[in-house]
Amino acid sequence: MRRPGRDNAESVRRFTRRGLFLGGLQLGFMGLLGVRMHFLQVDQADQFRLLAEENRINIRLLPPERGEIFDRNGRAIAVNKPSYRITMIREEAGDVEAVLTRLAQLIGMDDDQVKAARRDLQEARPDVQVTIADRVTWEAIARVSVNTPALPGVLPEVGLSRHYPMKGDFAHVVGYVGPVSDYDLSRIKAPAPLLLIPRFQIGKVGVEAKYEEALRGEAGTKRVEVNANNRVMRELDRREGKPGVNLQLTVDHALQNYAQARLGEQSASAVVIDCTNGDLLAVASTPSYDPNLFVRGISVPDYKALTENKYRPLASKSVQGLYPPGSTFKMITALAALEEGLISSQDTVYCPGHLTVSGRRFHCWKTYGHGHMTLEAALRESCDVYFYDLSLRVGIEKIASMGHRLGLGEELSVPMSAVAEGRVPTKEWKRQRFGKDWVLGDTVNASIGQGYVLTSPLQLAVMTARIASGRAIQPRLIKSIDGVEQPLETKAQPIGLNENNLRQIRQSMFAVTNNRHGTAYSSRILAEGMRMAGKTGTSQVRNISAAERREGVSQNADLPWERRDHALFVNFAPHDAPRIAVSVVVEHGGGGSTVAAPIARDITLQALFGGTPPLSAYPSSDRSRIKAQQERLEREQRDTGDDGRDRA
Amino acid sequence: MSYLEYTVRDVPSGARKILYLNWPLLLLLSAVACVGFLMLYSVAGGSLTPWAEPQMKRFAVGMLAMLIIAMVPIWFWRNMAGLAYGVSILLLVAVEVFGTIGMGAQRWIDLGFMRLQPSELMKIALVMMLAAYYEWLPMRKVSHPFWVAVPAFIILLPAALVLKQPDLGTALLLVFSGGGLMFLAGVHWAYFVAVIASGVGVVTTVLQSRGTDWQILKDYQYRRIDVFLDPASDPLGAGYHITQSKIALGSGGWTGRGFMQGTQTRLNFLPEKHTDFIFTTLAEEFGYVGGISLLLLYALILLFCIGTALTMRDRFSALMTLGITLTFFLYFAVNMSMVMGLAPVVGVPLPLVSYGGSAMLVLLLAFGLVQSAHVHKPR
Repeated sequence: MRRPGRDNAESVRRFTRRGLFLGGLQLGFMGLLGVRMHFLQVDQADQFRLLAEENRINIRLLPPERGEIFDRNGRAIAVNKPSYRITMIREEAGDVEAVLTRLAQLIGMDDDQVKAARRDLQEARPDVQVTIADRVTWEAIARVSVNTPALPGVLPEVGLSRHYPMKGDFAHVVGYVGPVSDYDLSRIKAPAPLLLIPRFQIGKVGVEAKYEEALRGEAGTKRVEVNANNRVMRELDRREGKPGVNLQLTVDHALQNYAQARLGEQSASAVVIDCTNGDLLAVASTPSYDPNLFVRGISVPDYKALTENKYRPLASKSVQGLYPPGSTFKMITALAALEEGLISSQDTVYCPGHLTVSGRRFHCWKTYGHGHMTLEAALRESCDVYFYDLSLRVGIEKIASMGHRLGLGEELSVPMSAVAEGRVPTKEWKRQRFGKDWVLGDTVNASIGQGYVLTSPLQLAVMTARIASGRAIQPRLIKSIDGVEQPLETKAQPIGLNENNLRQIRQSMFAVTNNRHGTAYSSRILAEGMRMAGKTGTSQVRNISAAERREGVSQNADLPWERRDHALFVNFAPHDAPRIAVSVVVEHGGGGSTVAAPIARDITLQALFGGTPPLSAYPSSDRSRIKAQQERLEREQRDTGDDGRDRA
Repeated sequence: MSYLEYTVRDVPSGARKILYLNWPLLLLLSAVACVGFLMLYSVAGGSLTPWAEPQMKRFAVGMLAMLIIAMVPIWFWRNMAGLAYGVSILLLVAVEVFGTIGMGAQRWIDLGFMRLQPSELMKIALVMMLAAYYEWLPMRKVSHPFWVAVPAFIILLPAALVLKQPDLGTALLLVFSGGGLMFLAGVHWAYFVAVIASGVGVVTTVLQSRGTDWQILKDYQYRRIDVFLDPASDPLGAGYHITQSKIALGSGGWTGRGFMQGTQTRLNFLPEKHTDFIFTTLAEEFGYVGGISLLLLYALILLFCIGTALTMRDRFSALMTLGITLTFFLYFAVNMSMVMGLAPVVGVPLPLVSYGGSAMLVLLLAFGLVQSAHVHKPR
């Protein structure tokens, strides 16, 4: 050791000084650490503890079970069925390719599905459970479960999904559910957290959409402890949600099914309403589609086939379709005139086959005229000139107000999608809509349900029910919610029309189907106590040109489908104590008496008998044909078969 | 110190040396290590595997090595200083050449039974080298520019090698402990002022260079700085470590959630919970009381080391003891600052507590040297 005397002493002093200085600095810094620790752990403890809880505790939604929908007799229309899917977690699978290959062989996935699954797996975080196959069969789940050891990271999952056992029969009424879309979310203010779950199913159209919130129920929550990978370690507690309500419709599934089948593949619709309380017993629209396709996520070709079909299967024609009511509107014109006291049952109008108004000639459907017509004869034989003449005397305003009283041009409250308001024109309406003055020709056109008049089949049924009952019948679709009967908002009050006038109209309508000269005589009902009263309508969708008239090209069969007339028929039965009112519209079907009336008659009988009617209810000349038709329909109904039978 | 002086003065010899060990220091080290075992046991979910047991074994081996080193006279170790420094430099070069890739940086040499981090070894070797240098250097030359340049080179050479690995944290630790030793040796304070001033300049330049062609640091290093300055900017990405660590720490409160009751570390919110971030487990489970207790243990270790250093008569022992103390201090100060959000996340373990072989072994070897100096100081 060096001993340089003073140098050494100075060196030791300096070392001691600096050593103490540095040591002091170190201890000072540790003091700072202590203060910082105090700040974090004591002063801000509450805040950090909260953050820690947020880290650790995750609130998971428990999706409620969606309410189910039944017909008036408790038959299932929309139910929840267990659905199985197979999921996979990448980080647990290890060799993803090998597992996918094995899985594909096991449950029979095709190359595209495997490719999609592979892509989904790659895009997701390694610890996220990715759905590999949706809606697999129970057998596939069983096969996967048995092979669990060979399929690391693969987990079968059970959920509930919507099922419509009646397939197309209720597609337009009940609609369908589908995964919530960005568009859906954009329309909802402050969407429920439940809706933010990917692929959560909500009602898209029909009752499913209108009663969405009630059917959906309320989500429960559970608090779970999760680790940093969001994997659930344990459940802390849970608050059960509220399942959605069960709905019972007023519709009778058997009648609905019959109506759909009877309308067949025509572009048509039919409504059956209970004349006493407004219950909608059938709301049919054809062609239909299988709503189950939409639940699964419809394929592009399937969807294209539906949208490109000229018969518009997706449209709910019974409430959404608007047609010129044609001659079925004549009751309105007649009632308006009767209420004004302008005519009596004995008054006649001469029909020469046409009427000239303001220099324009309006034709009757019968080229050479009906001759002298009373009200009953005019309705029975559907004389146009009679009503032309009437309308000029009554005026459009009275006619329009009568139309509204009977439900036309009114927005009827039915929880289905796109319920149309229709239109009964007035002078004011035309001025606002077209900026033109009303002309007498417009009134003449409107008097026979042409021109600007548009009605939906539902409105026609309501109109008929109001005429039949004399009460302000309102349609009702929801019979009960969770077993609680839904009363009508107001008990149907008398409509305030003179009963004698109504009786005249009813008698005239009875004559339409029961008088030898009636336009629907061939569609009469013979069964005693079930005879019906009705009115045919054939509404033009085009103007018959003078040239056509001359050449006589008014035969519908000669025209392309979309230019043919609409065939309409409305009726109520039994005529003396009305129970049901029916409306049938066959788009571009041709004549109301030949096309629509037989369908309405068949549906009426089916409703009144609560099943297949005896052949004796039909005119004897028709019986063999009807028998064949009944057998065919029964066969078809058996074939399409509903698998809702197991649930009541 | 020559052998002669040892015989003249009362220096313990033979088995009596054991009595002259700095027993309080030894007990304090063991206490800190025990805290480590406890925490490793806890983060493993109440299990000795995979961390606590190997750590105990390493501690036992390290203790044994420490005692052996303590028994060897300090002058032997002084003579070894140059060799240790040279070998460490060679090892640093070696990892550069054959090092296996671990955690994104070449830092290991696989010795078969353990992975050696030469940069850890360098921390002691540098202290030994500088202490030996200043013992050799006459006091009056200490502040001569040339004799300042020499130790500066001794420090910067390994620091540059470590920085190239790249391990900014350890490089800075080397520079700071080396600089501290020069300060203790009595180098004129003006040098330090100059260096600190230029250091500030360099940091500014480094930050300015970001995004330019001559960018000095790696992108991830810049990101760490960003995140340090504002952890909330990227709570799930780069700021995750700091945010989560503060949450775990803060949620401990006064007395913590209790042993093995920590939620944040157990549920894996914290990465590296058994290594660099182990302090958060302690703080969450034992709260402020637990954290301060560990800080106090560290403070006591510092005090005992400084105390013994100031009573040492020879320059090598004193400088080396304070140098090792400073290194030890820098370890836990940087680690705790990082965990508490006072410093950017650099890979520095909590000494004697974090799971890891190299650091613990090297620290115990270093304390072996301190013990040796203590035992062999003339009384």
